[in-house]
Amino acid sequence: MRYTPHTPADKERMLRTIGVAGFEDLIQHIPAALRQKAKISLPQGLTEVAVKKRMAALAGKNASAQDWRFFLGGGIYHHAIPSAVDAIISRAEFATSYTPYQPEVSQGTLQAMYEFQTLICQLTGMEVANAGVYDGASAAAEAVLMARRIQDGRHRVFVSRALHPQYRQVIATFLRNLVDVELVEVPFTASGATDVEFLARSLDDKAMCAVVGYPNFFGVIEDLALLRAACDRSGALLATVTTEPLSLALLKPPGAWGADIAVGEGQSLGVPMSLGGPGFGFFAAQKKFVRSLPGRLVGETVDADGRRGFVLTLSTREQHIRREKATSNICTSQSLCALASTVFMSLLGKQGMRRLAEVNARRAHRARERLVKEAGLAPAFTGPHFNEFVLNVGGWAERRSRFFAKRIVPGIELSPWYPELPDALLVCVTEMNEEEEIEELVRTFAGR
Amino acid sequence: MEFPDGLKYSKEHEWVLVEDKVAIIGITEFAQHELGDVVYVELPEIGEKVVKDDPFGAVESVKAVSDVFAPVSGAVVEVNDTLPENPETINDDPYGDGWMIKVEMTDMDDLKDLMNAEEYAEYIEQQKEEDEEEEEENDDEDEEDDKEEDEE
Amino acid sequence: MSEPSQGGDRRTQRRPLIFESGSAGRSAFFWPEEKGANEIPAELAREEIAGFPEMGELEVLRHFTRLSHLNFSIESQFYPLGSCTMKYNPKVNEVAARMPGFALLHPLMPPELMPGALELLAELEAMLAEIAGMDAVTLQPAAGAQGELTGLMLIRAYLTERGDPRKKILVPDTAHGTNPASSTLCGYNVVQIASNKNGIIEPEAVERAMSDDVAALMITNPNTLGVFERHIQAIAEVVHRRGGLVYLDGANLNALMGIAKPGDMGVDVLHINLHKTFSTPHGGGGPGAGPVGVKAHLKDYLPTPQIVKTPAGHELREDFPKSIGRVRSFFGNFGILVRAYTYMISLGSDGLEEASRMALLNANYLRKRLENTFFLPSPEPSMHECVFTDKNQQKGGVTTLDIAKRLLDYGFHPPTIYFPLVVSGALMIEPTETETRETLDAFAEAMIAIAREAKEESALVKSAPHTTPVGRLDEARAARRPVLRWEPGSED
Repeated sequence: MRYTPHTPADKERMLRTIGVAGFEDLIQHIPAALRQKAKISLPQGLTEVAVKKRMAALAGKNASAQDWRFFLGGGIYHHAIPSAVDAIISRAEFATSYTPYQPEVSQGTLQAMYEFQTLICQLTGMEVANAGVYDGASAAAEAVLMARRIQDGRHRVFVSRALHPQYRQVIATFLRNLVDVELVEVPFTASGATDVEFLARSLDDKAMCAVVGYPNFFGVIEDLALLRAACDRSGALLATVTTEPLSLALLKPPGAWGADIAVGEGQSLGVPMSLGGPGFGFFAAQKKFVRSLPGRLVGETVDADGRRGFVLTLSTREQHIRREKATSNICTSQSLCALASTVFMSLLGKQGMRRLAEVNARRAHRARERLVKEAGLAPAFTGPHFNEFVLNVGGWAERRSRFFAKRIVPGIELSPWYPELPDALLVCVTEMNEEEEIEELVRTFAGR
Repeated sequence: MEFPDGLKYSKEHEWVLVEDKVAIIGITEFAQHELGDVVYVELPEIGEKVVKDDPFGAVESVKAVSDVFAPVSGAVVEVNDTLPENPETINDDPYGDGWMIKVEMTDMDDLKDLMNAEEYAEYIEQQKEEDEEEEEENDDEDEEDDKEEDEE
Repeated sequence: MSEPSQGGDRRTQRRPLIFESGSAGRSAFFWPEEKGANEIPAELAREEIAGFPEMGELEVLRHFTRLSHLNFSIESQFYPLGSCTMKYNPKVNEVAARMPGFALLHPLMPPELMPGALELLAELEAMLAEIAGMDAVTLQPAAGAQGELTGLMLIRAYLTERGDPRKKILVPDTAHGTNPASSTLCGYNVVQIASNKNGIIEPEAVERAMSDDVAALMITNPNTLGVFERHIQAIAEVVHRRGGLVYLDGANLNALMGIAKPGDMGVDVLHINLHKTFSTPHGGGGPGAGPVGVKAHLKDYLPTPQIVKTPAGHELREDFPKSIGRVRSFFGNFGILVRAYTYMISLGSDGLEEASRMALLNANYLRKRLENTFFLPSPEPSMHECVFTDKNQQKGGVTTLDIAKRLLDYGFHPPTIYFPLVVSGALMIEPTETETRETLDAFAEAMIAIAREAKEESALVKSAPHTTPVGRLDEARAARRPVLRWEPGSED
């Protein structure tokens, strides 16, 4: 395939207009030593039919949620995505447009982003939200960097061990190169929640911020009231990280608990799993911190005739103006994914979000109860949860092949990240897990 | 463009009005014109020390940020707290209501390095000429290069 | 309240927000009630999401469809944005990415259940390495800027192991803003190097700035003036001699395929923008992907997990103790990687080389058509983009901004404006290879017409645009009194 429309006649005419004899004249000035070695050694191009065949063959080798039954969460969730979402984001006017630096011809993207920012504020209970960042993990890291900008003179960052392990890795990578930051890990207790007493003891006047999952990686709902109080006593900022934002349709949101910064991963709201990307990170905060926010912000304004319009604003925070003093280096973000989420949240709306969240919560709780009672699996934690929970599964190494033979992936092993939990399995149940699947899951665990 | 007589001016386009040992500081009409619509002002806290020729704050327009440099050293005794809500005051009245900070000076000699209104007006003219000359030089060099190429 | 529209004038149409539409109790979501209890303790429970929209499905579709009509896009308009490479986004890429065997994969399922995905990723790494002339690639970074930060962290890790991470990064004055921003995030100070009067970097300038305190030089090639940094090999030598490394911002790779490989230029590490050179859609601001390529001496520091080929297939390995760690969750923007892979096998070596050749042909053609009307600040040959300024139009008081806005009335997205900063009033034009000669001619004619308008009816240009859904917006107001969300009770 080639997408270049030039015929030999086109080329000849254009070269003549330029005033050169041949194409080679256009690259004469490039050192010959470089030109000689530049040939690309790859197979030749294919027809569209051959391309589709090859892609289907590669896709066909993978276990997908279409043919397998997944009980997998851990930061990426399998939810029903209404057909209308893809219909909208497939529109070329949204998919192939550029970042809205020319607002007069980008009001579609800009208004949708403004609506997105509003929805995120409403969902998280926070006062201001940006137009999205790369993913939940970088959102967590950016939250710490933002706390660093705000809390001059404080250098200790407290991160819960019950926060998603990959998010903790990304935070560590971002902070590694900044000499003035100390990363302190806060353990979790037998209930599966962050050890608030440990945190309260450790927070001092050098504490910059505390970062916890809400719900955390184990699916446990943290006690934000206690965490807020502990942070208040020391003047630390509280940042929450939500990997399953559908939970916020049923849970009191971070803003209601007084969080300073609330971030997370938006994939579960309208974006396919796609092996974990692309998705988007959402990022919300209290209004007083608005000038420290990373990423793009869309604001409302008017044109000369008083028509309402939307523009990118507070751009002086960003890399293209502030350069080395920018709040972040973000340029291209995840706009189309944020749009998918905006359409998703609009379709579900107030009623639908609640209904979907309830289906998840109820189905997960019933499944957990059956697994404990009928399959004899021991719950690992006692804290309240949304649609994910951790069970202790003895002899998982031997048992897994039975599940795979039935095309079931019943959960995520935690031992690679938490050696202190050798038998733990993180199980997620959503509306996409039908009753028969759950029945099969219980029976297989029960050895029947 | 207006440069009031009673004020002193710095090379970085700040103005200073001295009352006893207190220096009132803002940016000049030239500076606000170059910046365009001011949208945000970053100001120091009362009590902070400012050092001559170091930045003490910043002025933002939609597309640019400019540091503001202290023309004298001292401690900040007052800050114009109407500016956060109404940053456009700097555009509308740069020498009056658009004042930024008041500094209790530590060394009156700092004023010696500043210009008076006439000197500042000349300074701006000079800057403009230098910019034009540089452009012409580049044009001349380009012309010469073109001539050389033609000759080749 | 509905009002008759003024015959096709989109400016009179009201555009309510989703929060200003709908009706209480409405939803587009149908799912039967689930038996059982939520089991969320009362003190943790939420009543409702106040303010969330309540609309039916057709209502929602109409809302967003109408919004889409307000956008320019590649499929409707020519988008000559310099350094953005707004080429055609092939539809077959979208078909591939949506295949369930890619779209419905969970990243935490056992690797042995996703051999096709790992094979795709490994092959993509190899293809990018071949095109860029590098030895290894990571696909984790989510965008070019994240790629830059990753690349700088690799440099830092490499130098730290040798005893001293050093303190400075040299960045040309023509560099994209992400370059200095990323440097700061990596704990480095930025030192700017001036390009010469023709817009390229001379080795002497690098020599003067280079010291044992400099970790790396970041360079874009071709640079943001669309000009090939012809001294790059000598420059790389200057940097290497003092123990520093060379980072290439690969944003302009579309000019180089089959023409020159960064790996042969002395580059140690680079990032590539898949949403530029490799056709993945811009989406109104992402998602993109910013893979990073390295020479062998930096391989050990790459983010983990790395994909390793085994006799059985491919494995994910974390046992790289010198790795800088993770920069993004899971596997990066996999859906974007699938699209880029599809594009690369579609084009093959012949198609990719032709893409760069035609990108250069189109850019030089436009340069020729415009050079008698607009001022060309650099005499250096252009590669895939050319830069003009508004100098010739300024006599009428017309600026680059005005020209850009007037282009909207002609149905073209403007070029990149006011960048690079070294040129006053820059207009950076990158047509890309997927445009026809006729489109280029139409664009050139529009630009020439606007230049004439600038002389004869400058008011028309200075008050443009006139036919877009909104006129020029008050950006000062948006920055002074930011309104970043809808609130109940706000007037529309």
